[in-house]
Amino acid sequence: MDLEEAKEFKERCTQCAAVSWGLTDEGKYYCTSCHNVTERSKEVINTGAIPNTKIQAINRGLKRKRKLEKGWDWYVCEGFQQILYQQAEALKTLGVGPELKDEVLHNFWKRYLQKSKQAYCKNPVYTRGRKATVLEDNPSHSDWDSEPDLLSDFSCPSFVESGPDSQLDSRTQKPFPISKASQSETASICSGSLDGVKYSQQKEKGIVKMTVPRTLAFCYLSLLWQRETITLSDLLRFVEEGHIPYINAFQHFPEEMKLYGRDKGIFAIESWPAYEDIYKKMIEIAKFLDLPRFPDITEDCYLHPDILCMKYLMEVNLPDEMNDLTYQVVKMTGIGEVDFLTFDPIAKMAKTVKYDIQAVAVIVIVLKLLFLLDDNLEWTLSNIAEKYNEKNKEDKPWFDFRKWYQVMKKSVDEKKQKWEEARAKYVWKSEKPLYHSSIDRAVVYKRREMVVSLQKQFSALTDSAPTVEKKSPSSFQFNWTEGDSAGTCFHGHSLQGILKKKGQSLTTKNSLYWLSTQKFCRSYCKHVTTYEESNFSLSYQFIINLFSFLLRIKASSLHEEVSLIEKRLFKRKYSKTQKKSRSRKRRKY
Amino acid sequence: MSDFSEELIESKTEDDQEESYVFSGTGMSFPWLQNHIGTIATGGKKEKDFAQTTSACLSFIQEALLKHQWQQAAEYMHSYLQILEDSDSHKRQAAPEIIWKLGSEILFYHPKSNMETFNTFADRMKNIGVMNYLKVRFHINLYPVFHIEVKKPERNLFHSRNARYSEKANSHIVFLNFFRLFLGILQFLFFSKAPLELTLTDEDDYAYNAASQSMLNHSCKTSVNLGALIQTPGVWDPFVKSYVEMLEFYGDRDGAREVLTNYAYDEKFPSNPNAHVYLYNFLKREKAPREKLISVLKILYQIVPSHKLMLEFHSLLRKSEKEDHRKLGLEVLFGVLDFAGCTKNITAWKYLAKYLRQILMGNHLAWVQEEWNSRKNWWPDFHFSSFWAKNDWKEDKTLACEKALVAGILLGKGCRYFRFISKQDDEVLRKKIKRIKKSVENHSIVNPGL
Repeated sequence: MDLEEAKEFKERCTQCAAVSWGLTDEGKYYCTSCHNVTERSKEVINTGAIPNTKIQAINRGLKRKRKLEKGWDWYVCEGFQQILYQQAEALKTLGVGPELKDEVLHNFWKRYLQKSKQAYCKNPVYTRGRKATVLEDNPSHSDWDSEPDLLSDFSCPSFVESGPDSQLDSRTQKPFPISKASQSETASICSGSLDGVKYSQQKEKGIVKMTVPRTLAFCYLSLLWQRETITLSDLLRFVEEGHIPYINAFQHFPEEMKLYGRDKGIFAIESWPAYEDIYKKMIEIAKFLDLPRFPDITEDCYLHPDILCMKYLMEVNLPDEMNDLTYQVVKMTGIGEVDFLTFDPIAKMAKTVKYDIQAVAVIVIVLKLLFLLDDNLEWTLSNIAEKYNEKNKEDKPWFDFRKWYQVMKKSVDEKKQKWEEARAKYVWKSEKPLYHSSIDRAVVYKRREMVVSLQKQFSALTDSAPTVEKKSPSSFQFNWTEGDSAGTCFHGHSLQGILKKKGQSLTTKNSLYWLSTQKFCRSYCKHVTTYEESNFSLSYQFIINLFSFLLRIKASSLHEEVSLIEKRLFKRKYSKTQKKSRSRKRRKY
Repeated sequence: MSDFSEELIESKTEDDQEESYVFSGTGMSFPWLQNHIGTIATGGKKEKDFAQTTSACLSFIQEALLKHQWQQAAEYMHSYLQILEDSDSHKRQAAPEIIWKLGSEILFYHPKSNMETFNTFADRMKNIGVMNYLKVRFHINLYPVFHIEVKKPERNLFHSRNARYSEKANSHIVFLNFFRLFLGILQFLFFSKAPLELTLTDEDDYAYNAASQSMLNHSCKTSVNLGALIQTPGVWDPFVKSYVEMLEFYGDRDGAREVLTNYAYDEKFPSNPNAHVYLYNFLKREKAPREKLISVLKILYQIVPSHKLMLEFHSLLRKSEKEDHRKLGLEVLFGVLDFAGCTKNITAWKYLAKYLRQILMGNHLAWVQEEWNSRKNWWPDFHFSSFWAKNDWKEDKTLACEKALVAGILLGKGCRYFRFISKQDDEVLRKKIKRIKKSVENHSIVNPGL
């Protein structure tokens, strides 16, 4: 404790603002009132006392490096480009065709830069500070008509090729704006990117500003364009599971792209993407980009409700025979038609279908048709099925709702528990901490160091296994295999007990139905219905919760979708205003 | 350490009182309001997932701790540490305290942790800015105590005491005393272990000398710590006791006496019966003169007339030559029996019966009457009802006999208690009852003729 020696250090402590320093054994300053140890170490004045010249050299080297917090000159849009690039690469490793990245997403992005006047136009916003080098050789591409031209032209190499090289190339051409750095630093508003400060303040009307969540909207748009077999909920789940870079995507920027100050607000993300949010952003961007009608979604597309229903029926362990029923419902409601399914941003009311939610809603409706889900009939039917199954062990078993409920409840609860635990253990903070200003820098780095060392200590206490093992990406979350000994797979079960012959066709034994929403909200509040859980039967709650967990969406949005499809299914009932809550319904099978 | 979660809640309220708790006028609080208020404070903005998961993580840790799953707790702790980097400065500042508490709890019990890991953890805590670092040091030293590794923990403590403490001085003073206490106890622990070690080593050995030397050293330090503490007015019973024990061990009887006398008689100290008990016991061990013992117990008698030492006091007084002492002896016995808790104290009754006879034989009827006058209204119902007669006879016949004698003397032959007992026909006690009847007839203060 050499208080005397530490007297020359006069800065305030970052923790408690006291000026009272001592020296640690390593020669670092520490605050005597709060024990905070600084990064600063006492400079050895008498260099002659150090016998080893190597130490001196290291000393000098470290000092020089600290001053140099300057990396490349880069623009915010380049950061987003990097993120999109990483996401596209990740999608490629997930098995998406390479055209998605090189053709679709690339073009969408170029079109965005053009529409937002950042590049590919006559007078890009940056030309005052620096010439948009990417543009120089093809200044005429300002129109979507020149698409083939753009596609062949890899003038944006940092996106299609690897980022760092292109940065190096263009760096030599860029005139360095000298005044900028010094100005912004004195004002303590700074950013690692050239236009970070300006970008965060910019509020131009009619321009959709790029944000990190919007990168996902871009990804989904291109997936949709390609009619890939990834739904929006899948995409978001992959993000959450870490298969697609999103949170801390800036970590993988080239090292010379420094991020600090305002960049933090732009690139740091502390929430997972939410379905509704990304969905809205997607439509917004599609409109902003003025995209033409997307490729048709026909019956053989993955996103067609028939196929998705099949997928989700398998996922939730329901009998394959239900496929016929979902097919019927899709047909009757007309939600399987190409015009309905295809996304057309130019149309008056640009609106796309939430394919996954819709498919699931169809399944819910079919379940309601079969079992009514009033906490009564489904159990009666289960009793019948159970008795039948006991008597006829050789036959194809009847579907037993109760047994299915027990199996599903157990596995969903386990899954949910695991999911919650994994979320609680999620590592949000990047290895590369972001700081607001150069004053913060030391504190932030120190804090990071502290956290890492503490984490190391606690992970030493746990078993050697890593805390969260990465799951391999799959569009299925549950795995039911036929013929396992426990009899937990219901795919092959028959619906015989629930259907009855009528003439030549089969109808559901249950002839009752209740509507999830009787009256839709007609005001301008944008929601059509509300979901108050306690108003509904327990089985309905269970099914809604099961599916909404599967898609990681809110229960209310699934309920809403169910109501909307019911509206199409029972048009007559809704048109007649005064009707009982339980409408009778007979359907042919 | 057991009410750890309470502590945690307390510390939380201290840290962010203005937002987290709502106190109604009666001092009740509604913890469930906390969440609602939390959302209001953020201006209705949606809570970030980061905040959500960290708070979920916190509850997972708490649950794991509750179930003693140290392993899981450590796993979650790994993630929870992120909160130190929270962009919300409120949370970031509250975090070190929580982390310290949770972390020390985990390390305290985790099978894989040891003194070393605990120390490094505590060391880091000072870097992330735990406010009351003295407390941290305190906990560090608890570790060896609970894990039976007492070696030289005080070294650290002494070190930390040298550090400077700034604004928070007030709370520090309170804690410093507490801290001194702990230090003293720690040294006492060391001391009480040492004699054991001494008996194990050979006396001629060099080690013996070294050990005894270090013990002397310790006692020295302890007397500094505890001595300083005991100067401060307060109730320091266990500390005084161990301090005296130590002093006695080293033969410092004068010192011990001084400490105890000071503890008992200093007016700055709150009135504390135990102080007198300790002093009395010490003097008794020292075989001090009766006079002195009586004077100590006199004070105790004034504070706690029902103390179990009062019977001893009585026998001291009885043996005394002084008249007023003997009178006081009677007073003391009556005083003891005034208390409901002593009604079945057979020794007290025996003493009273014997002493009454003795005094009446010594022609001090006035003394008895003086005592009896204030009690004659309520003692008959309190001690000598027919219910008690039946009850006592059923439970303890000797007690019943003693009481009957007293009742007979004080109330005369006609009293219910005496009548009931004297009517009993018991083989063994027949003789005794006869004797009782006789002495009642001889000594009763009630004139049967009137």
